[in-house]
Amino acid sequence: MKVSMRVNGVDHEHDVEPRTLLVQHLRENLRLTGTHVGCDTSQCGACTIHVNGEAVKACTMFAIQADGAEITTIEGLATNGELHPMQKAFWENHGLQCGYCTPGMIMASVDMLKNNPNPTEEEIRHGLEGNFCRCTGYHNIVKSVKAAAESMQGGA
Amino acid sequence: MGKYIGESVLRKEDPRLVTGEAKYLEDIQLSGMVHAVVKRSDYAHAKIKNIDTSEAEKVPGVIGVWTGKDFEDVNPMPCAWQAGGVDNNANTPRVLEIDKVTFTGQGVAVVVAEDRNIAEDASSKIVVDYEELPTVVSAEEAIKPGAPQLHENAPNNICMEWECGNQEGTEKALGEADVVVKEQLVNQRLIPSSMEPRGAIADYQPATEEFTVWMTSQAPHVHRLLATAFVFGIPETKMRVIAAHVGGGFGCKIFLYPEYCLVAALARKIERPVKWMETRSENFASTTHGRDHVTQIEVGAKNDGTINSLKVTTVANLGGTLSTIAPGIPTTLYGRLLSGTYKFPNIYCGVKGVYTNTGMVDAYRGAGRPEATYVVERALDLVANKLGMDVLDVRRKNFIQTNQFPYLPADGITKGLTYDSGDYEKPLNKALQMFNYGNFREEQKRARDEGKYLGVGFSTYIEACGVAPSAWIGVGGEGWGAGLWESANIRVHLTGKVVVTTGSSPHGQGTETTMAQIAADELGIPYEDVEVKYNDTLGTPFGYGTYGSRSAAVGGAALFNAVQKVKQKAVRIGAHMLEASPDDVVFEDGKVSVKGSPDQAKTIQEIAGAAALGYSLPEGDEPFLDETAYFDPPNTTWPFGTHICVVEVEKDTGSVMVKKYLAVDDVGNVVNPMIVDGQIHGGIAQGVAQALWESGEYNESGQLVSGSMMDYAIPRTDCLPSFELDRTVTPSPTNPLGVKGVGETGTIASTPAVVNAVMDALSPFGVTHLDMPLTSQKIWNAIQS
Amino acid sequence: MYPAEFDYVKVSSLEEAISLKQQGDENSILAGGHSLIPAMKLRLSTPKKLIDISGLNQYKNISNNGSHISIGALCTHKQCAESDVIQQNCPALSDAASVIGDPHVRNKGTIGGALAHSDPQADYPGAILALNATMVVKGSSGGRTIAADDYFTGLWETALGEGELLTEIRIPVNPMNANSCYVKFPQPASRYPYVGCGVALSSSGGNCSDIRVGFSGVGEWAFRDAGIENALKGQALNSSSIAAAAEKAAEGKAVLSDHFVSEEYRRAMSKVFAKRAITKVS
Repeated sequence: MKVSMRVNGVDHEHDVEPRTLLVQHLRENLRLTGTHVGCDTSQCGACTIHVNGEAVKACTMFAIQADGAEITTIEGLATNGELHPMQKAFWENHGLQCGYCTPGMIMASVDMLKNNPNPTEEEIRHGLEGNFCRCTGYHNIVKSVKAAAESMQGGA
Repeated sequence: MGKYIGESVLRKEDPRLVTGEAKYLEDIQLSGMVHAVVKRSDYAHAKIKNIDTSEAEKVPGVIGVWTGKDFEDVNPMPCAWQAGGVDNNANTPRVLEIDKVTFTGQGVAVVVAEDRNIAEDASSKIVVDYEELPTVVSAEEAIKPGAPQLHENAPNNICMEWECGNQEGTEKALGEADVVVKEQLVNQRLIPSSMEPRGAIADYQPATEEFTVWMTSQAPHVHRLLATAFVFGIPETKMRVIAAHVGGGFGCKIFLYPEYCLVAALARKIERPVKWMETRSENFASTTHGRDHVTQIEVGAKNDGTINSLKVTTVANLGGTLSTIAPGIPTTLYGRLLSGTYKFPNIYCGVKGVYTNTGMVDAYRGAGRPEATYVVERALDLVANKLGMDVLDVRRKNFIQTNQFPYLPADGITKGLTYDSGDYEKPLNKALQMFNYGNFREEQKRARDEGKYLGVGFSTYIEACGVAPSAWIGVGGEGWGAGLWESANIRVHLTGKVVVTTGSSPHGQGTETTMAQIAADELGIPYEDVEVKYNDTLGTPFGYGTYGSRSAAVGGAALFNAVQKVKQKAVRIGAHMLEASPDDVVFEDGKVSVKGSPDQAKTIQEIAGAAALGYSLPEGDEPFLDETAYFDPPNTTWPFGTHICVVEVEKDTGSVMVKKYLAVDDVGNVVNPMIVDGQIHGGIAQGVAQALWESGEYNESGQLVSGSMMDYAIPRTDCLPSFELDRTVTPSPTNPLGVKGVGETGTIASTPAVVNAVMDALSPFGVTHLDMPLTSQKIWNAIQS
Repeated sequence: MYPAEFDYVKVSSLEEAISLKQQGDENSILAGGHSLIPAMKLRLSTPKKLIDISGLNQYKNISNNGSHISIGALCTHKQCAESDVIQQNCPALSDAASVIGDPHVRNKGTIGGALAHSDPQADYPGAILALNATMVVKGSSGGRTIAADDYFTGLWETALGEGELLTEIRIPVNPMNANSCYVKFPQPASRYPYVGCGVALSSSGGNCSDIRVGFSGVGEWAFRDAGIENALKGQALNSSSIAAAAEKAAEGKAVLSDHFVSEEYRRAMSKVFAKRAITKVS
């Protein structure tokens, strides 16, 4: 089936099997491999991307469901070679170790701040309950999101 | 200390990771690549009578379907750590099982197809005819008479028996103790669950008979050695192993798995690149698990709290077949740690390693040492409880004192290794400055009056890491079938830019950064000028890989020594350039200068240029600054510290909330505090998770009931508090950096701290011990009775 | 991670969806997909055809028409959690919506999909029962309504007929529903409820004049708890009357046990969470 979508500002049209998950489409057809797959039960959040401005798990959507959608993946977050403040905050606060959960975690965090620009620690922890990290114990992820919130407010 | 060591330098790895540019195994696409799906056993114990692949072969897009019989010429996986005389009955997996399966999830057939979906479709059409056999999943049950027998060469399912210490002396001391505490401690099975599952891609060149195999690996050189020399019987030079970016391992990517060799065998068979990537469900079933001990302890103590004896007998579940280093985990890495930070005068440990119809058990973060630390730190609390003493008084009473280092634990339990350095009161005292114990006890009393149950738990642990030396651990010693030294090469190029290659194989640890810090400081050059390369057998010196918290203490030390060699050569060349004698110059701040005349100097960049050009070199010196060092430390390192956990138990549900977590660790010198703290954070989370949530459970028929993230409770963000960390620094004398190792301390220390805290909270109910994980139901049941 | 093959149709009218659904049991409705797709990825569900109704925008609204709150079946959990109308008139529903899955799941999953799926471990049913909701369904022979009490009929089963689609959920506007809540005791891995308890309560002069209690997660399907309701109706609301009523939780009901928790514990937790929920609205 034909499916077209705008991904990171670029229009793409492909012929896909209906059973192609959105995450497979992005990774295999568009070669956007920054979105990772960490589970098969829609829990770990490694595949979190933005579809029409909202964070979703790209493993729990078929590509055909995203026909006509506007999509942002981790590859589309930095602008003109400048890291997004969330990416920068994760780097500066050691919010990642192996990096596998990181793209999903960053996409989820960006979405969270969009809805709640100045979250408390508790709100950050609840806001990221759909994203698993096995390396950091979440300590520095929470710290990174806090730092990003501060820098994004300062910059706004 | 230089400009970089000791600083929280931001990680070199991160720009490619935060942008999604980093390529993990699943991201690699080779031209002409096809996809393999492994058909796995639905039964835990069964004979394979027949496999009908005909329907699967008919699926359009299928290239082929193979079973174990097609790979009879490929040897089984090796068991590389034959502790406890296991060699006579090492039953290890084959690329695909031929006659029999001994746990659910073993591979019995494989489909290769043009795409993954087709391979999955075809795999579901393979029909396997099994003859079911009776199953046994508990190690304690497996060694009882009449239990189902898994392997002919392992009567009563016993794989190996191992002991250390002095049984007679310990029994005698127990008889002389004022009090003896007996308890059964279960250290439940855990499932490592790195966020990236396992995978492999193989490419084969028929003309040269060479393989290139990408693997999710913590130890590419070891994987290559085992795959070539043992499984395929080919020279190791005929295989290149590459670990792409690896998304965490926690031990489970150390081992040589059947699928890694299967893709290589398939690539050779069909002469196309083959990719296999497991799903999370496969990861739960077929990747190695950790822990799974049932232990009986007897602790003898005098009325003043002095412990005079510790007797430990453990039944360790090893699974249906042996993983690569399985026998070493509940033996060397466990029994030899049982003195903790304490001067126990009598120790005995006996271990039985047992086959059961469950997934393979091998090293998982901490590997043996968390199990030992759990025994020791729970034992201390149980003794304190029995004597009505404070848990800290009992700890202090038994601490090894600073004037006893290097300390040799009793009864030869470390087989001659001494604790390198330590000051166990120091982190405890520092932690108690951060946590007001007296106030807490009052708050706890007040809270209890209000129906709130708070508890505090301590763990004043020790661990052994940077495990070495080779002669001690190797075949003549502990049975590890290899060495445990590490390697590094450093090349200073013509422009003064540096490439370091290391035998360590990081997968999240930030080693690229810490190695660059070491090289930059020692050479006196900018950190940005150092590139660190790893994870590829082509282009890195042989190394044993990253596990056992050894990358800094062994790999980093190898790099340090390689840099010293470069500096020595730079001194000779610099002196030659300055027309001085090497004895009259010094290397400082990246320059070789004439002693007393700092203006007469050549920078390392100038020297590197001269060395690379080779126009004028000192007599006898070869061109180029390129040095390799192999470091085999004289001893393992022994980090230690104090962890404090505060919990609240909700009486009406039994739920536990971690209110506070505080850790003061001593991991020797610290290269990068930010990275060290990050390792501790992650370690604590995994250790807390064992205490409270995670449990790998099989039902009686050998089905993994905790086989998905819906059923296996990996902690989420909102399960944990932020942690409070500090450290003390007692340098290790075993390596030139004075570092100890930090990758596992958090996991090793934290589990008993949490359990001790929950037991403290439950003390008003007369509960002294519950087994992990401390689920709400278990606690509620205990409160009810 | 690799679903079996299927055909896909994105429909532009409800009628089209109904007619496709009637063509066969093996055709499944796809709304947000957050119950269906996970099952398909593990091949636990292998529909022949997916009928995507996500384009039917008329079922994505929440409104207050005076007598009831109308919630379109395609409203997401996020919409339900954040809607002022729901928070003010039937907070039990926004409570339940806000604790489903995680933020990303709530962005995509729909209330209609969740209720049609009737997972025994889902959150909505307990709230829906407490709120005395009405399900509006449409089939080829027209529409009908089903009371929440009659809707949950078995494990993964509802009163929806073959070829019928759930289009709207109606919650009566009344002071009792405005005084409602849903509380949950989650399983640590999946976060589905061991126990989810919805309560709506009205009182006058400190006495409980009416109460409805619904449980999710406790039994094979969601149920109303008349034992608690009868014990509290007409009683003065105080901690001892609430505790006594909560003791009746799940009395006479078949309660689930699984490898995580026993029947005994789940039963006990039903009492604890009933007490908490009732206390919250008393």
